[in-house]
Parts: sequence; structure tokens; C-alpha cells
Amino acid sequence: MLVKSLRDTAVGLWSLLVGLKVTAFNFVTPNITIHYPREVSPTLEGFRGHIELVPSEEDPYKSKCIACGNCVRTCPSACITMKATKPKKKEEDQQESSSSDTESQSGEKKESSGKKAKPEMVAFSVNFNYCCLCGLCVETCPSGALRFSDNYFLAGFSREEFDIDLVARLQSKAKEQ
Amino acid sequence: MNLDLRLNTSGDFYSQKFQTTKRDDTLILNMGPQHPSTHGVLRVLLEIDGEYILRAEPVLGYIHRMHEKMAEVMTYPQYLPNPPRTDYLHAMAWNWAHVAAVERLMDIQVPERAEYLRVITCELNRICSHLLWWGSYIMDLGASTPFMYAFHNRERIQDSLQRITGSRLTYCYYRFGGVYCDIDDKFISEIREICNWMKERAKMYKDLVTDNFILRKRVEEIGEISLETCRKYGATGPVLRGSGLAYDVRRDEPYSVYDRFDFNVPSYDNCDAMGRYLVRMDEIQESIKIIEQALDSLPEGDHIHPKAPKRPKPPAGDVYFALEGARGKIGLNLVSDGGKSPYRIKLRAPGFSNLSLFAEVAQGTMIADAVSILGSLDLVIPEIDR
Amino acid sequence: MMDIIPTQFIVIFVGLLAIMTFIAVNALILVYLERKVAGFIQRRPGPYEVGPQGILQPVADGVKLLGKQIFTPKGADSKLYWLAPIISITPAIVCFVVIPFGPFLQVINSNVGLILILAFTGINVLAICVAGWTSQNKYSLIGAARDISQGVAYEIPLLLSILPLIFMTGTLNLYEIVIAQGAWPWQWFIASQPLAFFIFFICSLAEANRTPFDLPEGESELTAGFHTDYAGMGFGLFFFAEYTYMTVASCIVAILFLGGFQGPIASGWWWFLAKVYVLLLIMIWIRWTFPRVRFDQLLNICWKWLIPLAVLNLLLTLGVIAIC
Repeated sequence: MLVKSLRDTAVGLWSLLVGLKVTAFNFVTPNITIHYPREVSPTLEGFRGHIELVPSEEDPYKSKCIACGNCVRTCPSACITMKATKPKKKEEDQQESSSSDTESQSGEKKESSGKKAKPEMVAFSVNFNYCCLCGLCVETCPSGALRFSDNYFLAGFSREEFDIDLVARLQSKAKEQ
Repeated sequence: MNLDLRLNTSGDFYSQKFQTTKRDDTLILNMGPQHPSTHGVLRVLLEIDGEYILRAEPVLGYIHRMHEKMAEVMTYPQYLPNPPRTDYLHAMAWNWAHVAAVERLMDIQVPERAEYLRVITCELNRICSHLLWWGSYIMDLGASTPFMYAFHNRERIQDSLQRITGSRLTYCYYRFGGVYCDIDDKFISEIREICNWMKERAKMYKDLVTDNFILRKRVEEIGEISLETCRKYGATGPVLRGSGLAYDVRRDEPYSVYDRFDFNVPSYDNCDAMGRYLVRMDEIQESIKIIEQALDSLPEGDHIHPKAPKRPKPPAGDVYFALEGARGKIGLNLVSDGGKSPYRIKLRAPGFSNLSLFAEVAQGTMIADAVSILGSLDLVIPEIDR
Repeated sequence: MMDIIPTQFIVIFVGLLAIMTFIAVNALILVYLERKVAGFIQRRPGPYEVGPQGILQPVADGVKLLGKQIFTPKGADSKLYWLAPIISITPAIVCFVVIPFGPFLQVINSNVGLILILAFTGINVLAICVAGWTSQNKYSLIGAARDISQGVAYEIPLLLSILPLIFMTGTLNLYEIVIAQGAWPWQWFIASQPLAFFIFFICSLAEANRTPFDLPEGESELTAGFHTDYAGMGFGLFFFAEYTYMTVASCIVAILFLGGFQGPIASGWWWFLAKVYVLLLIMIWIRWTFPRVRFDQLLNICWKWLIPLAVLNLLLTLGVIAIC
């Protein structure tokens, strides 16, 4: 009985030394952390930043959005706001399609005349405070007009900064190119 | 100093109901809700005599987020991100439960490749969950280094999964009828590399922690949960398997393609915290086995059913889908009335049943042991409160 | 002026100033070392931003602690509450007065140096008791109760393990003990009393409340134990006191078992500091590897293992001395 307990203690003490050896080995192996922001993580493929509009092939200042409103209806957090115009034949009419509680900023109203005028997207913004990055809006868009941005340095000082105007973003990106 | 420590008239509802016993030398202590080692906002009311706990009562509800009510007002695709956020550590399993319940009700056939992808990602997530449990359990007991090693391990897995699913923690990868997107060869080679690496690391974990004398004394013979107690409270998962019964939903009620894989269901009949610990460490190795087998036999095909409904409207009916999560048996009961939103979703969280037996098990133990028992139950309070 | 103030007084005064400087610098170094070593063991850089490679981090910590709001818990006896950290740190500083840093670097060459140090390290228990009681907090009370039991229990093997040494050298004077050892490692007392070294080292870990015996500060069980309620400089003083007690313990181990300031090539204070810092590094290494020992197991280790072993060691040594 005494022998057994002595043997157990000896084995136990040896296990402590083995543990110390593991820690010492890790002490001399190099760091695995990344010194952000001096280094940037190399694994940013598939990063889901906030959504942004995809520019159309012909005109980089316009997006592929056809103003169907699928994304607005699908969003679980109701954070997308879109305004579109839908003129009826020769009359000017306006149709708002939005499901957010707060009134979004009024975009400029584009007039369009013509018989079979398609609705055109006029204002598009996402309130990133509520977005849960599920990607359902990107999936349900029938024209592929939404994608995730790679804006991983996103930081701000107030909530209003995260109510992102995506049309303005598209314009500024097109200007850069 | 105020010697009248048993203030029955002040405090909240729970403190007032938790009356003292006839003895007057006991202390009523409140562990939590803000506490470094209760893994979430859990409050445990303790009546202690010196170091020993006479009575313990967990108080829940501090993070009730009304997931079941949210299901009634959201449509099916809108609800997709919600179940992963109940238990964010094994998010894929909860996602799977929701998606599979709807598929079962609507009788959608999931392509084989998608099933394999679901298995691979769910097992990877299970490994991540067990690693985090391991790190935080050892941190509760006092050593903070294994936590960092566990996270290093997790980060590599999460990097690979991020490329495919887009998320690192609250995965919303599964869709009705398949998965969000297909994997490529780079993912497969990365995962194979990670599996080989993890087999070597298992030895390091054993050397540093499992064999450690001090840890063994903290974990062995602590928290004896007999099989009878498990049955009484409906405990599942490693808690049940650590008490001797090898019940695993993947083996006993196979779903998806689990019946094609050859894996063991580890169980130990120590009934103590060491048994539960060893069950989880073995489960990591078994998951690696399943992943490798799945990668070897991955069939070609679609990653989602071509006619998968984007906005499903299941027929009126009632369906229950259960699967094996990292913490136990996850269940989702879906009642549909034919509309866009479910009529009722009931989420069965394994943590709730596992936590219920804490009140009985903690009697007569010391505070340090109570912390050890709570850690060995692997609780995630948001899952318990939903 | 030199005849009205005795030289001894000036020596003590200057010595105390030097010691306080040494302790302060030592605490800064230890804070930095601990965090850097912890970082490297966990494969991360540790402090990095403040100053090159984070060297100024302890300064930033000190400034932060100094700048915090000082408050006293409601119902606490404010005099005793603020006396507790002072009771904790003062004996630690005084302990250094009798430690021989080098052949001529000792403030007081006292014939009872060893007893002095052991007595003063015991006052720490009183400080913790006062801190826990006056915090008006159940967690602090439990932490303090644990710590008192631990502190008092581990004093016994501490004393018992160095009794053989005292018998071997016949003196309590620390300088004499250092001189009684030789310059080479096999001439140090660790070679002739390895068991005593082992027991003494474990007891000093327990007295300094370091992992694996840091139950009083059990961070994950009782929030922070007896210093839960101390913020700002109160906590800073306890922190400082803990590092100073660690240093005192390392100094004593170096003197008693590792030959003090003697070394193979050139004896001097550099060898002493080297040995002290190696021991401190070992203490830090142990902290970041092992989990905590449960309270009753801690007392079990003391009563069932350390005391019998220490007594056995003592009897063996006495037997050997009697025979030879």
C-alpha cells in the first residue's frame, strides 16, 4: 500500500517534469501571433466584410442592381434600405421599397420616361450595426449585384458611420480606377 | 463588520426564496452571473459551510434571447443565422438541425456530396468546440497556457473553414437542400495536413495536461454522476458517456451518412470528471478519423439540390430532428402550418439537461470542486437560455 | 557630525535606500519578465508596444495603478483597510537588510539573520488576514481564511527543512553560511541536502502564494480572493509585496543551498543575482505550466508529505553528524 502510493507519487512528480519540458519547448519555438497592424493576416480569402455593390461591366459607375427588393425582404435583421423609381408609362411615379424603421436619407429622384421603363435603383444603404453577415442577401440577389467587401480595417467613432451608403462607395471606387 | 450575513429580506426573488437551513454557521454565496469561470452568465446560489457546499441552485435566464419566438416571426431563410448563435461553439450542428428538420418535413433529398460536406464541416466544428472546452476547463483550474495552445489549434481549422464558409465562429453554411458552396482541393489538402498535425499535438496535450499529477488530482473522483442520475435528468453527450453508457445519436439513430463511417464511441465508466474529460479527448481523435474517411470517399456531385427551395413553405406538419452535438443530443421540433414562417420551433438544448443535475451533484463538494464539475459539464449558457 | 550620528546608523540608512531602489527595480524587472516569459511560453510576444519590445510596460502599469481612484468599501474600517498593504510590504523590505549580496555588500551582518527573515515573512499572513476581514466581502473573507491556513501550515516544513543546515554549519549568520560553502556546485549545500532544497523551494512557493499554491488569489474561483476589493495602489502594493517575497525566498534559497555570491571563477554579487534570477525564472516557469492545487490537497501535501520528509531529513542529518 505504501509502496503503491510512493510509486504513484514518483510517477506524478515525473509527469510534472514532463509538463515543464513541454512548456520549455514552446518557450523556444517562434511566435504564432501576427503583429497586427504591422503585419496583415495572410488568410483573408472568404473574408466577409460589409456588402457592397458590384459594378456592371459597361459602366463602372452603375451597379448591376435591378431594384427587385429581394435582399431587403430576405435580410433577417432588416438592415438594407433601397429606394427605386418605377415610372408608369409616361407618368412619373415613385415607389419606395424599404423595410427599415428609420427613414433613410432622400436620394435624388431620377426621372425616366418611356413606356416599359424598368425600375432603377436610386439609393442603397446598409446599416452595418445590425448586419449579421449571414450572406442571404448576396445569395438571393438574382443579378449578382451584391458581394462581400474586403474592408477589414473598418472602425469608427459613432454609430452613424456604420450606416454605409453603398452607391457613394461604388462611385468613389469607380473614380479611383 | 456586518455579521448578519443571512439577509433573507433583501436581494432579489431568487435570493429570498433560497432560505437558509436551520444551521446558523453557513454562508450564502452567489457565484456569478459575472464570474470568470461559469462560461457565460450563469448564477449559482450556494450555501456553504466553510469550504463545503450544502446546497446549490443554478439560476438561469440572464441571456434569454427569445430564439424560439424569433422563429415564429421570421421566415425560414431569415431564421437560418439564428440557431448557430444559440450555441456558437458547435454552430454547424444547430444549423444542421434546423435545415434538416425542414428537409425532413418537405422531403427534400440532399445530394450525397453535400451530405459528406456537412459531415466534414460538422466534425471539424466539433473538434473546435472540444478544444475550446479543454482550454477553458484547464484555465478554470488555474493553468492558462493550454488555453493558448488550444486556440492555436482552433485558429488553423478556422482559417480553412473561413475560406469556404465565410465565418469563423457562427457558421451559417448549410442551406435547405445542401450547403452554401462547394469546397476545392486546397481545402482538402489543408484539412488533411491539419488532421496529421493534430495527431501529433494530441501527444503534447497528454504530456502537458492529461497526465499531469496536479490536474489528475483536481479531476479524478470529482463530481460522481451515476447512470441513474443521468437518466433522471436526461443528460446526454459526454456527460452520459463518461458515466458508462455509450449512447451517441450518430451510432444509435444514424442520420445523414454517418452509418458509412467506421468510428468508435468512447465511453468510460469512471462516472467522474476524469471520465468526461477522457471522453472528449477521445472524441477529438474519433472526429479526425471520420473526417479522414469522409475526405477519402468524397463523391462528386452537386453541393446543393438543383431545385432546392430558396424560400421553403413546408406543408403543415410536425417534425423532430435530433443530432449529436458537442454537448449532447441537440433536438429541433418544428411545427409548421403551411406558411412562410414556422408555427413553432422548439430547441432542445443538451446543456439544459446537463446543468439540471448540477444541483444534486454539487451537494457535499467543495467550491473548487464545484468549479471543476461545472467545467466538466461543458456548459454554454446561451444555449441553455436560448 | 560623524560623532553624533553613529556610523552604523548611516550604514543602515544608506543600505535601506539602496535596498528600496533594488526592490523597486527588481519589481519592474519581474513584472516585465513574468509577462514576457508567459507570452513566449504561450507563443505570443507578450508586451510589445510600450517602448522597444515592451520594456516600458511596467512603468505604464505603475502609472495606471497610481492613477486609479482610491475608494474604501462601505462599512470597512478605513484605517485597517489601508494598513493591510503597508503591513504586507514593510517586512519584505526589511528582510533584505541581512542578506549578503556580495562579500562586502551586507547592511547588517547579524548573528540571527536567518531567524529574522523567517519571522518577517510570517507577518505577511497577518496582512492578508487584515485585508480579507476589512474588505467586507464574502469572497475576500474566504480567500483570506484559505491563505492564513496555507501560510501557517507551510511555515513548519519551511523551518524544519533548514534545521539540518543550521546543524551542519552551526550558525544562523547568513554570511557564515555562504562562506561555509565552496565555489563549485558540488560544494554547495544542494549537493548534500537535495531533499531540503526541494522541500524549501516548495514551501517558499506556498508562502509567496504562487501557482500551484495560489488559492488565495484563485482567479477563477473567487474572483480575486483577498485583494478583490483593492484597486489602484492598494492592489499595486500587494502585487509589489508578492514579488518582493518571491525575491526574498529566492535569495534565501540561493544563500542556503546554492552558495550565495560564490561562484567558480570570480565570486561576487553578479553570481548572487544570477542565481536569484534563475530561481525566479523557475518560479515563473512553474506558474505558467501547472494548474492550481485544491485547498485540502494543499494541506495534505504539507501535513502528510512535506513535514514527515523534513523530519526524516533532519533525523538523517543528525545521525550523520553524530556519527562523523
